[in-house]
Amino acid sequence: MAMLELDGVDVHYGGIHALRGVSLKVEAGEVVTLIGANGAGKTTTLRAISGLVRPTKGKVRFDGKDLTGVPAHQIVASGLVHAPEGRGIFSNMTVEENLDLGAFLRHDKTAVAKDREHALTLFPRLRERLAQNAGTLSGGEQQMLAIARALLSRPRLLLLDEPSLGLAPQIVATIFKIVRTIAAEGTTILLVEQNAHMALGVASRAYVLEVGEIVLQGPAAQLAKDDKIRKAYLGIHD
Amino acid sequence: MSDRAGKTLSERVGALRPNPVVNTGLSLAPFVVAFALAMVVDTVVGPLVGATWTEILLDVGIAILLAGSLNVVNGYAGQFSLGHAGFMLLGGYAAAWLTFYGSMKFFGTWEPVGGFLGSGQLLFLGGCMLGGLVAAVFGVVVGLPSLRLRGDYLAIVTLGFGEIARVLGQITARQPKNVEQVAERSWWDLADNLGGAEGFSQIPNYTRLFFVYLFVFILLILAYRLKYSSKGRALLAVRENEIAAEAMGIDTTRAKVSAFVMSAFFAGIGGALYAHRVGVLKPTELGFQKSIDLVIIVVIGGMGSITGVVLGAAILVILPELFREFSEYRMIAYALALVAVMLLRPQGIMGVKELWETSWWRKGVARLRGGKRGGA
Ligand SMILES: Nc1ncnc2c1ncn2[C@@H]1O[C@H](COP(=O)(O)OP(=O)(O)O)[C@@H](O)[C@H]1O
Ligand SMILES: [Mg+2]
Repeated sequence: MAMLELDGVDVHYGGIHALRGVSLKVEAGEVVTLIGANGAGKTTTLRAISGLVRPTKGKVRFDGKDLTGVPAHQIVASGLVHAPEGRGIFSNMTVEENLDLGAFLRHDKTAVAKDREHALTLFPRLRERLAQNAGTLSGGEQQMLAIARALLSRPRLLLLDEPSLGLAPQIVATIFKIVRTIAAEGTTILLVEQNAHMALGVASRAYVLEVGEIVLQGPAAQLAKDDKIRKAYLGIHD
Repeated sequence: MSDRAGKTLSERVGALRPNPVVNTGLSLAPFVVAFALAMVVDTVVGPLVGATWTEILLDVGIAILLAGSLNVVNGYAGQFSLGHAGFMLLGGYAAAWLTFYGSMKFFGTWEPVGGFLGSGQLLFLGGCMLGGLVAAVFGVVVGLPSLRLRGDYLAIVTLGFGEIARVLGQITARQPKNVEQVAERSWWDLADNLGGAEGFSQIPNYTRLFFVYLFVFILLILAYRLKYSSKGRALLAVRENEIAAEAMGIDTTRAKVSAFVMSAFFAGIGGALYAHRVGVLKPTELGFQKSIDLVIIVVIGGMGSITGVVLGAAILVILPELFREFSEYRMIAYALALVAVMLLRPQGIMGVKELWETSWWRKGVARLRGGKRGGA
């Protein structure tokens, strides 16, 4: 049984039909990417998974359990953690306070301290800025904080929403390297990206979303060679 | 594999749910401390400052109670409530109903009876609690539907609530004022005999420094503990970024509703103290304007700062008193002072910080310590 399974999910925002029959699967231990242009419905898909919006049709199953109607805060408790788009950090709080909120539901202090230490080893720049207000961090550092904070919620499945958005190429490279490390340590990842080149590089499988519908899916290496993908998402012609 | 994973879901959900008893820190310590401090204010500070300043301290205390309770919703959770005076009015009515009709029925007079913590004052304390509880019940009724949604629904709903409370207050029935009339009617019959537009009058004058500061200190201690508890962190997270807070596993609806209910409870008590200080509870006095006045204290003091709200309440009560000689200009001076603060410090006097967290306080403390060391 797949760890995460979407089965014919529809989402409406008022009159806007944002997702149409989206079905996808993520197996335990995989890195799966969902790529698509701006407005395709990538963020909406992640929101539907983490309970931040309610599907109007279809099912979301995590560990085989139906998540429909389960409130977002309980979904987090079950190990499904969403690092929201645009970082979603608490900018008037310090880096440290942000990390503490990541561990909001956990009461095992020693385990939290250990995970915190580990997160700061992955992102040494955050350690230097623990007492700094998160709003004063650079874009790359804010993204690092968003991921580090999500790790403190102890995810088994981590949903990452466009970690490369608006960042310089070498920072994107750093962040993707860390994403790879996190995956290698056993965390399952569903990665949403517009940056198809980077995303197809880390993922084993990929889905392509266009205007609310999955139009292509397959092994990442194979999609990277697909003509349509090369033209539409990798900016490669001939 | 499915078995293990399946268990994890329910187990983790069950075991990790925040424990409300632990989080609100319900213990007796704050009440004992508040009682002792209130005794000091009543027996030492009051006589020391004299009659005029005692009156001002009463008003300051009531303002701290009202703005301090609003701060829990407005400051901590960042939810705009524009109907705080409505809770005040409900609390005032409930308390006045109990003490006025209670006095008439039990003591045969509406005047205060008994000494310190005697039967009359105990009746009044009961009135305060009843006022708080009635306001809290309406806090659930108003808060639950509007706070389940993200966005500014609360401002609109509380605005409507405040106006409805005021209008309903204005159409309540006449207040029977002699002992026989009161004796004839049951408590239930008296429930809508709240004086209508003229107001509920002859409310026994029980409010004194002790009672005001008892509740002020209870509120301040609870608000302080809340702010530095994980529940308080959750509220500040909601204020900053509600979606991210939800993604951290915070039950945002529950956090907001409990803050709102706590806030309504203390506003109800504030209304009770106000009613038994002024002696007349007029619905027109506790309308939208009053709610706005309370929001102003919070904004000026610093949204989320307890010491900020205490300062804001003190300043905004005392300032107009000082300008009393220039009576017709004082509202202008008051308005100008507000504009000046907002221009100079848009985050309020204290921002979200407490007095002891500001840099100048820390520097001052460091200098004092340094001075001592140098002298020794
Ligand atoms: N809160 C919202 N209210 C209304 N429409 C929305 C909302 N969020 C997203 N949409 C619409 O849904 C569609 C998908 O958006 P989104 O999931 O954010 O796309 P992506 O993340 O792929 O850029 C877009 O047309 C967008 O305008
Ligand atoms: Mg998006």
